[in-house]
Amino acid sequence: MRVRIKRFRLGGLLLLLVLAFLFDLSSGPIRIPVSNIFHILFSRGATDQTWAFIVRSIRLPKAITAVLAGCGLSVSGLQMQTMFRNPLAEPGVLGITAGASFGVAAVMLSGGSMATLYAIRELGLPGSWLIVGAACVGAGLVMLLVLALSSRLRDNVLMLVIGLMMNSITVALTSIWQFFSNPEEVKEYLLWTFGSLGGVTGSQLYILSMVVLVGLVAVFLSSKMLDALLLGENYARSMGLTVKRARIIIVCSTSLLAGSITAFCGPIGFIGIAVPHLARLLFNTSSHRVLMPASCLLGAILLLACDCIAQWPGTQTALPINIITSLVGAPVVIYLLVRKKNLNLYR
Amino acid sequence: MAELLHTRDLVTGYHQGGRRIIVSGGLPGLTIRAGQLICLLGPNGSGKSTLLRTLAGLQPALGGRVEIEGKSGLSSTDLAKKISLVLTDRVTGNNLDVYSLVALGRYPWSTWLGGLQEKDREAIHRAIASAGISELLGRKIFTLSDGESQKVMLARALAQDTPILMLDEPTAHLDLPSRIRLMRLLHRLARELDKGILLSTHELDLALQVADEVWLLEAASGGLMVESTPGPGAGPFHKGTPEDLILEGIFEAVFAREDVVFDRASGVFRIPPEGQKQIRLEGTGVEAFWTRRALQRAGFVIVGEKVGAADFIGEEAAGLARVIVEEERKAWVLEAGGESKRFDSIAALLDGLNGHTHFP
Repeated sequence: MRVRIKRFRLGGLLLLLVLAFLFDLSSGPIRIPVSNIFHILFSRGATDQTWAFIVRSIRLPKAITAVLAGCGLSVSGLQMQTMFRNPLAEPGVLGITAGASFGVAAVMLSGGSMATLYAIRELGLPGSWLIVGAACVGAGLVMLLVLALSSRLRDNVLMLVIGLMMNSITVALTSIWQFFSNPEEVKEYLLWTFGSLGGVTGSQLYILSMVVLVGLVAVFLSSKMLDALLLGENYARSMGLTVKRARIIIVCSTSLLAGSITAFCGPIGFIGIAVPHLARLLFNTSSHRVLMPASCLLGAILLLACDCIAQWPGTQTALPINIITSLVGAPVVIYLLVRKKNLNLYR
Repeated sequence: MAELLHTRDLVTGYHQGGRRIIVSGGLPGLTIRAGQLICLLGPNGSGKSTLLRTLAGLQPALGGRVEIEGKSGLSSTDLAKKISLVLTDRVTGNNLDVYSLVALGRYPWSTWLGGLQEKDREAIHRAIASAGISELLGRKIFTLSDGESQKVMLARALAQDTPILMLDEPTAHLDLPSRIRLMRLLHRLARELDKGILLSTHELDLALQVADEVWLLEAASGGLMVESTPGPGAGPFHKGTPEDLILEGIFEAVFAREDVVFDRASGVFRIPPEGQKQIRLEGTGVEAFWTRRALQRAGFVIVGEKVGAADFIGEEAAGLARVIVEEERKAWVLEAGGESKRFDSIAALLDGLNGHTHFP
């Protein structure tokens, strides 16, 4: 019976995801009715050429990016909350996004012909790989440092403090770089930090999907390990989990996901922290075999919804996605803190 | 009985800053057999947890080896199929319900995605029945009391379906009835499921009642040993049936201090009397027993005791004050210095005794 309810809810979320996807395709400065979207997507026949162009080359890549980023950030948040046994863990809080940003800044601000993100996009595949690689390496290094330090401390709160410190160190390093760069490059970098789902097209979308899919597969394979880690490392080990191997898999998949998404979309906040909690609330379980798909679906839905809000119907300008996720995500976290029931569990 | 676990020249300890800190060295060969309940006793800091964790494979041995069913160096999954653990770690920080937690015990047996098969579900239900937690199934683990939570963790270990079960201080934080229930349960499980159970505990009197064998670790006299090579380490180690250890006086040697007295006759530790006032006690039954306890607490040494018809009153007690317990009338009579006073409760008797000065 309970399994059926969970399947029913997952099915409902899937339906909601399809609706959010279609709504996201139809909303924007030019409103395109949902019925026409179907036409544009599924038939090669005569449709409005402008609409077809907008949907196929701008909105479809953007919506796919939103789904990929929503899934990736949510599950990496879920992984980290379980591994660190801390309800506030997420890539952004622990400095992993900052590490990725540092990698990106290193590439973007290092001068020469690759000075700007625009230029890197112009470079096509090699440039995209370069920026993804730099972001993943940055994210992975920070995460390894946080892990190494937290295994010495064995304390949730101290671990968060270390994450925050790593965050400010990385931000400071990036700032030094900015300080010595010319204003044009800094402006480009600042725009990137606002976050954007648009602009990831063609080969970049291809690279992003590949990396995110690999990361997601690794995450799904780690579900069983994460379940064991719910009881703490000692119990996990007593049940036959090789904790070191589990850590490597989790660090790698989170770095891949957070790194690649941050590289292309900028540091998107709050999805990683809020969505796993929403999934737990909705499914009332700790089993990662349920929470993983639930977080994926919820994250994708939430990011699509944020994107719809960002380009509020009737207005010409679209707000940066980071502003919206913060405005939506922060109240969710506050609500969870006030409800207390869910967070006190982690003590 | 089948030998489940055996150690050879085991040295426990840990590495710190490149040095080897030996916690227990020179241990004799330790053996856990099927159907046997072993209690690991020792004062705080004597290395009970370190030994337990080493035997369970949670931390590497500094020397020697642990053989499980004749084999050493098992892979982590194979080890998890042989030894299950109940630790002192608090399991918090999640939304698990009792059933899911017990089901996690199937971890080493489940499919690579964590799927459960029919035999897994059967093992889970057997574990739930054995630990007697069927009424807790739907509860979230953070709503459980300490006693309930301990039984749930035991059920998880049972679901792991291993021949050896190790528990680190399972009775800590429990009230007395829960401790007794848990110990009885473990005793029964060792017999019925033919498991080898090793538990560390501070409950000496309970351990003496249920243990088939006691392992006794003495605290290191000069702190932990720091050595570069393995060698005879910290305090000595004793093992044997609890009764033999008592009769050999080993319990007293290990635990007794000037502030704790081990009563060999009853097998309990007690706080030594603080005064030297002597008194005689006459009476039988429960009333006399508790009167004796109250008098001892109040600082009296009972020198002559008359139990029913038998008279143990010696020469030296002849002139002392005496307390006569009248069981059927629930009254206490104090005779001292030629006077006789009657009290209707132990509290009143103690008050009356405080007013007297006729004690040597």
